Amino acid sequence: MTGIGKSFGPVEVLRDVRFEVFGGEVHILAGENGAGKSTLIKILAGIHPRYDGKIEIDAAPASPTSPLEAAALGIAVIHQELSLVRSMSIADNLFLGRPLTRKGFVDDRAQQAAARRLLDEVGLDVDVTRHVETLPIGAQQLVEIAKALGQNARVLVMDEPTSALSAPEVERLFGLIARLKSQGRGIVYITHKMEEIERIADRITVLRDGRYVGTAPAAELPTPKLIQWMVGREVSQQFPRRQSHGLEECLRVERFHVPSPDRGKPPLVEDVSLDVRSGEILGLGGLQGSGASELLWGLFGALGTRPRGNVWLKGRRVSIHSPREAVRRGVALLTNDRKATGLILSMSGEANATLADLWRLAPHGWRHRRREQEATRRLASELNLRAASLEAEVATLSGGNQQKVALAKWLQTEPKLLLLDEPTRGVDVGAKHEIYERIDQWTAQGIAIILITSEMPELLALSDRIVVMHRGRVTARWTRDEASADRVLEAAMGKTREGNGE
Amino acid sequence: MNDVKNTFLAKCYRGLTGPGGRALVALVLVLAIGVVFNADGVFFKVGTHRDALRQVSVYGILACGMTLVIITGGIDLAVGSVLALVAMCFSIGLIRWGWSPWLVVPGSLAVGAACGAVSGALTARCGIQPFIATLAMMVFARGLARTLSGGEKVSMLVVDSQGNLHVPPILRWIDTRVLHDNLSMVTVIFLVCAGLSWLFLARHRWGRELYAIGGNEEAARLSGVPVVWAKTMAYAASGVLAAVAGICQAAQEQQGDPQGGVAYELTAIAIVVIGGTSLMGGRGGMGLTLLGTLTIGYLDKILSINAVPEASRLMLTGVIIVVAVLAQSRRR
Repeated sequence: MTGIGKSFGPVEVLRDVRFEVFGGEVHILAGENGAGKSTLIKILAGIHPRYDGKIEIDAAPASPTSPLEAAALGIAVIHQELSLVRSMSIADNLFLGRPLTRKGFVDDRAQQAAARRLLDEVGLDVDVTRHVETLPIGAQQLVEIAKALGQNARVLVMDEPTSALSAPEVERLFGLIARLKSQGRGIVYITHKMEEIERIADRITVLRDGRYVGTAPAAELPTPKLIQWMVGREVSQQFPRRQSHGLEECLRVERFHVPSPDRGKPPLVEDVSLDVRSGEILGLGGLQGSGASELLWGLFGALGTRPRGNVWLKGRRVSIHSPREAVRRGVALLTNDRKATGLILSMSGEANATLADLWRLAPHGWRHRRREQEATRRLASELNLRAASLEAEVATLSGGNQQKVALAKWLQTEPKLLLLDEPTRGVDVGAKHEIYERIDQWTAQGIAIILITSEMPELLALSDRIVVMHRGRVTARWTRDEASADRVLEAAMGKTREGNGE
Repeated sequence: MNDVKNTFLAKCYRGLTGPGGRALVALVLVLAIGVVFNADGVFFKVGTHRDALRQVSVYGILACGMTLVIITGGIDLAVGSVLALVAMCFSIGLIRWGWSPWLVVPGSLAVGAACGAVSGALTARCGIQPFIATLAMMVFARGLARTLSGGEKVSMLVVDSQGNLHVPPILRWIDTRVLHDNLSMVTVIFLVCAGLSWLFLARHRWGRELYAIGGNEEAARLSGVPVVWAKTMAYAASGVLAAVAGICQAAQEQQGDPQGGVAYELTAIAIVVIGGTSLMGGRGGMGLTLLGTLTIGYLDKILSINAVPEASRLMLTGVIIVVAVLAQSRRR
C-alpha cells in the first residue's frame, strides 16, 4: 500500500501512508488511538472503497471495494468484534456465502468434513455442528481464523486479537500465528500491548496522526524508541496557558468498581479512587480497553450494571443510578461518540441544546419557547455557533458544530462536574482550539472537569493532574509537571504500577 | 444568504419541499380527482364532505394516538381491539348496568388508558419489541371484549314504557351535527383530539422527549430524558384515544360490537405514514397526520360516490398508499 490517504468530510485521517507485508512475517501496526490504524485496515479490507493511493498485491494493482472482493484477493481481517453469525453452526459459518453444494443444495456432510479439517489446522477440537454462540470467545476467534484459512487468505489482519482472551488462549493464538507464519502467510497485527510486540514482532510500522512515521525490524526498535516514534512530536503551544483554579473538592471517588455486563469477565473498572477539585481538570489517560470511558459512564449512572464504591459530590455522599439523577445533581457527560450517544441527529440544534435542561426550562411541563430561544442564543454566542445552524437538523452540521451543540447541551444544565470523553474527536483544528479555550473558561467559572483524550498533547497540556488507567485499574498518577508523553504511554500499556509519582 | 433564506417565498418553498408539502400535494391531488370525477356534482355538495369527514373521524382519532407512538419509533397494533373493548364496556355500563354517562365515559377512557399503559410498560420497561407487545395486547383485548358480552353484540336501543325505541341522550349528543348541520360531532371530537395531541407534541416537554426517544433513544437517556415513563405514557395516550374512538364508534352504530374495529390499526398506520411521519421515529407531527386523515377520508369518499366496488376500492387504496409513501421517502 503506498500513498494511502483518506478523509471523512473535512477531517483528514490518513495522509500518504505506506505499508507492506511480506509472506511469512508478523508485521506490527502501531500507533496511539486515532493514529489511523483502523482506517488503514478498513481500506485494505474493502470497507472504505474510496481512498487515495495505491494497493498492490504481488506487484499487481488491486483495489478491493467490498469485504468480499478483499477476501477473494486473499486478505482476511479478524476484527475486534468478531463477524461470525452467532446463531449458526461452526460449519455453516466457515462456509458462509460460499457453501459447498450438491445439485444446488447445501451438502452438509461435505461441509462438516471440510470444517473439521480447517479446525484441525487451527488446533480447535470441538464439534463443528455446535453453534458459535456456545463457544468461549477465544474459540470463536479461532473459528474466525479457520474461516480465513478456508478462504485461502494470504494476509491475515488481526486487530487487537488478544483483548478478550485469557492467558492460555493467548498462548494458543501465538502458537497458531507461528504456524501460519511458517506456512508463508503474512500477518498484520495491531496491538496496544508492549509485551506482545516484544514477543511476536518481525517488523513494526508506526503511524501517528494519520501519517507514516517509519518501518523498522523489531530488533532495531526497542520499546523506548518505539514509544518515541508513537508519541513523536513536541507538545505544541497551541493550547491556552491555563492557571489551575482548583480549590475545594468537587468529586471524590473511592474504590469504584464497574462489573462487566458479561458474567465471568473481569470488571471494566476495578478499585479506582480519585478526586477532582472545582476549577480543575483531571486528565484520564489510557488506551482502548483501559476502562476510562466506563468509569465516566459509571459515575454518570449510565451503565446497566451497578457500579460499587463510594462517591462524594461537593462533600455529600451520593449514589447516582440514572443519567436523569446525574443531570439533576449537576453532573454532565459528553460521550465520545456524538452521533451514537450524544445528539439526536433528527432534531434541530436548538432542541438538542435544550434537551437536558428541559426540566428547568419547562418546569411545569409546558415549554416556554421564548425562554428556550434566549437560552439557545446565549449558548450560541458563548460557543461561537451561528444562529442559522441551530435551526437546522443537527445531522446537517459539520463535526465541529455538532460537537459544539453537544457541549451547549451540557453547558445549559450549568454543571458542577463535567465529564468530557474525547471532546475534540473528529473535530477540525479551528473548532478544536475553540473548544480548548472554552474548557479553560469553564474551569475559571469553577466547573470541575474530568477529561479523557487519546491525543497525548491535549492530555498533557490541558490536565492539571493526570491519572493513567490500564485494564480497569489505575497505573499511575502525576501532576502536569511530572507527566510526560512516554511515561503516560508506558503506564497506559501496563508497564508500571501505581506508586510512581505522587 | 441569510436574508434570502428567510424571505416569505423561500419559507413557502422549503415548506412545500418538506414532508408537510408532500402530504399537502397528495391531498390536493385526491381532491382534484374528486373535482374531475364528481359523480354528477355529488362531490360539490356539503353533505358529501360532512360524511367524508364523519366516516374518517374514528380512524383519525386512532391515528392521533398512533402518531405519538410512531414518533417514539414504536407501533401500536392494539388500537382496533381496544376500540372494540371500550365500545363493549361503554355499552354494557350504559345499558346493562344503567350507569350514568358521567361515570361510564371516564371509566371507558380509563380502560383504554390501562390497556395502553400495559403495552407501553411491556415495551419500555421489559424491553419487549413494540410490535410484539402490542400484538399481544391486540389479541388479549379482543378476547376480553368477547368475554364481556359472551360474544354477543350489545344494542343500545332502549324500549320505554310506551313501546318507543330510544337511545341514551349521550349517544344522541355524540351522533349529532353542529354548524347548521354541516359538521358531525365525531369530526369535532376528532379535531379536538388532534388539537390536544398537537399541543402536547409541539408545546410540551413530553412531546420533545418523544421526538428525542424516536431520534436516538440512547442519547435521550443520557440527556436525562425519563425514557421509560415518556414511552409508557405515549402508549397510554394511544389507549385513551382508542377509547375515545370506541365511544364514538359505539354511539354511531348504537351498539357495542365485540367484532368491531378489526384492522382499524392498519388504516391508522396508513394515515400516519401517508402524512409523512417516519416509521423509524423521531420525525413527523400531528399536522401531517391531519393531512393524512383528510387524504384517506376523501379518497374513500370519492371512490364510493363513483360507485367503485368495494373490492376495487381496496386494491386502489393499497396502490395509493404505496405511491404516497414512496413520494414521502424521497427525502434523504
